[in-house]
Amino acid sequence: MTDADDQPRPAGHEDQKTHDDPAGRDSGGIEGFYNLRLYVAGQTPKSLAAIANLTRICEDHLAERYTVEVIDLLVKPQLAAGDQIVALPTLVRYLPPPLKRIIGNLSDTEKVLVGLDIRPKGLPNS
Amino acid sequence: MDSPADPRSDLPHADPPSAQLAKTPTGIAGLDDLTLGGLPTGRPTLLCGAAGCGKTLFAMTFLVNGATRYAESGVFMSFEERAQDLGENVASLGYDLDALSGSGRLVIDHVRVERAEIHESGEYDLDGLFVRLGHAIDSVGARRVVIDTIEALFGGLSDTAALRAELRRLFGWLKDKGVTALITAERGDGQLTRYGIEEYVSDCVILLDNRVQEQVTTRRLRVVKYRGSSHGTNEYPFLIDDRGISVMPITSAGLGHGVSAEPVPTGVAGLDAMLGIGGYFRGSSVLISGLAGTGKSTFAAAFAAAACDRGERCLYFAFEESPDQVIRNMRSVGIDLGAHRASGTLRFEATRPSVYGFEMHLARMHRDIDMFEPRLLVVDPISAFRGPPTEIHATLIRLADLCKVRGITCLFTSLSGSGELMDESERSVSSLMDTWISLRDLEANGELNRVLYLLKSRGMKHSKQLREYRLTDHGIELTDVYVGPGGVLTGTARLVQEAREREEQVARQQATERRRRDVAARRRSVERQMAEMRAAIEAEEAEIAMLIEQEEAREKAYGAERSRMATERGT
Repeated sequence: MTDADDQPRPAGHEDQKTHDDPAGRDSGGIEGFYNLRLYVAGQTPKSLAAIANLTRICEDHLAERYTVEVIDLLVKPQLAAGDQIVALPTLVRYLPPPLKRIIGNLSDTEKVLVGLDIRPKGLPNS
Repeated sequence: MDSPADPRSDLPHADPPSAQLAKTPTGIAGLDDLTLGGLPTGRPTLLCGAAGCGKTLFAMTFLVNGATRYAESGVFMSFEERAQDLGENVASLGYDLDALSGSGRLVIDHVRVERAEIHESGEYDLDGLFVRLGHAIDSVGARRVVIDTIEALFGGLSDTAALRAELRRLFGWLKDKGVTALITAERGDGQLTRYGIEEYVSDCVILLDNRVQEQVTTRRLRVVKYRGSSHGTNEYPFLIDDRGISVMPITSAGLGHGVSAEPVPTGVAGLDAMLGIGGYFRGSSVLISGLAGTGKSTFAAAFAAAACDRGERCLYFAFEESPDQVIRNMRSVGIDLGAHRASGTLRFEATRPSVYGFEMHLARMHRDIDMFEPRLLVVDPISAFRGPPTEIHATLIRLADLCKVRGITCLFTSLSGSGELMDESERSVSSLMDTWISLRDLEANGELNRVLYLLKSRGMKHSKQLREYRLTDHGIELTDVYVGPGGVLTGTARLVQEAREREEQVARQQATERRRRDVAARRRSVERQMAEMRAAIEAEEAEIAMLIEQEEAREKAYGAERSRMATERGT
């Protein structure tokens, strides 16, 4: 990870993708590619729960079309202001636009899916 | 909340056991006086008030003063305004936030919480905020922190219970950091803040208020509580203008001030003579009241000009005319204030009375007095103030007192009503004036003439006479007033009377002369008569003497004859 506090918007993060191919990213907005960032502070129970929940949700619903970056603000506190982080844990969706934030330990899967626009509100769970 | 139990027991930073609480000066004139030093060092202070009270400005002043005057850097965490807007808003006060940020003395962090952008899923805490604040504090070594309306979080996050717990933790954490924090909050109904966060910040609570009375707004400040310290408990007016914020802890000085017996010339020679000691007492309050056009301002200007001639500084509050207008008008009566203003001994402060409330004017005057440190003060006129009489009275007492304490001689002018009796406002201020000069118009024989008299002048043998005065092109001149059987005569009538008196005197002199001449003539005539009578009597005497002589001669002859006959008979 590089210092990103000056460029929190998606454009600034394109060169940081490390485990995905450029082609997938180019088509991200169209084909539902997800660029996510999870902010935590240390290895608290909430942090660990959030990481576990996010990993599970992404594998279940976004397999092969997502990137997740976990940022520990205890290590990089300067990133908090740039991304307007107030509550922790915070999940930020950079892609697809618009920017979305989900706070909490992501224990409510339904709300995460709705928040990330993976599933429109009100559709039955399948 | 104010229990005697040591409220500091939960403080991680052990305060010194002394009773003296460490304080952090705000640099806001007046506030540091009434809190006896400033905000409690290392503790959070709550600043609450309704919208538009000046909370943000107040908080920013605290930081800017800290950075520029006390070498303490600060962090401003704003939940409402962006850093750029903040900078523009306070630029009018002369605060250059960019320069302070650039030199590492100030960090502004805008926290944006948009409910529409945030979804919630599961538990969360405010660690992100702590991290941001901690990082900002550490980056500049901040000693002062402002959190501007943290209650905005209640609008952005839904888990109120968690939020409250986190706020409590935040204020504890600020104490742990040892920073002096100022937390602003919106005023709520029936409680100090809308979300009741005064529960968590209880060391020091300051309330700002913005009241409209008779269409005039007055800002007021009150220190609601200050744990571990005494403080002024009243509501104090405060002022926001281009010179920043000033709070006026205008406390009545009581009557313990020292007094001076030194006279201060009035600038009008005749008036000096009327006031037994040759002027007003130094440090006294003088009221000049009169109808419109009686020359109240001229008396005030003469007083100011005389002081400036002696090199004493004079502060002139003009509420009806602009400084240039005053200078121009006074030039027509031979009083040159312009030169004194140019030399800096005279300073004008001109404002329309309706700009502020009465208290606010006083607050501003207080600040100007402290800044200019004059020996003399002119307020022209006090009748321009609008407000309830009781408030005017109380405030004027404070103004007079604060001048007395500083040994400043103050001259107030007041426009009085047209009636013979003094009106309410005059009566209410009379008790606090040491010298009261009343200017009046006397109407007689189709013309108006000006007279003055000393209604009172404490501590001096002053003239009780009614004196006519004239505004000439070389100042104010007092003339003797004709007081005679025909009443008081002024102006032309006085001149006529004086001429008549002169005529009468001449006539009297002529009459006396005539009588003296008459007497002389009579004397001459009497003397002549006396001479004639004397001559007559002398002639008579001479005749009688001749007769006696003849008689004696005849007697002698007769005797001789008789003895010769006897001899011849031969006895």
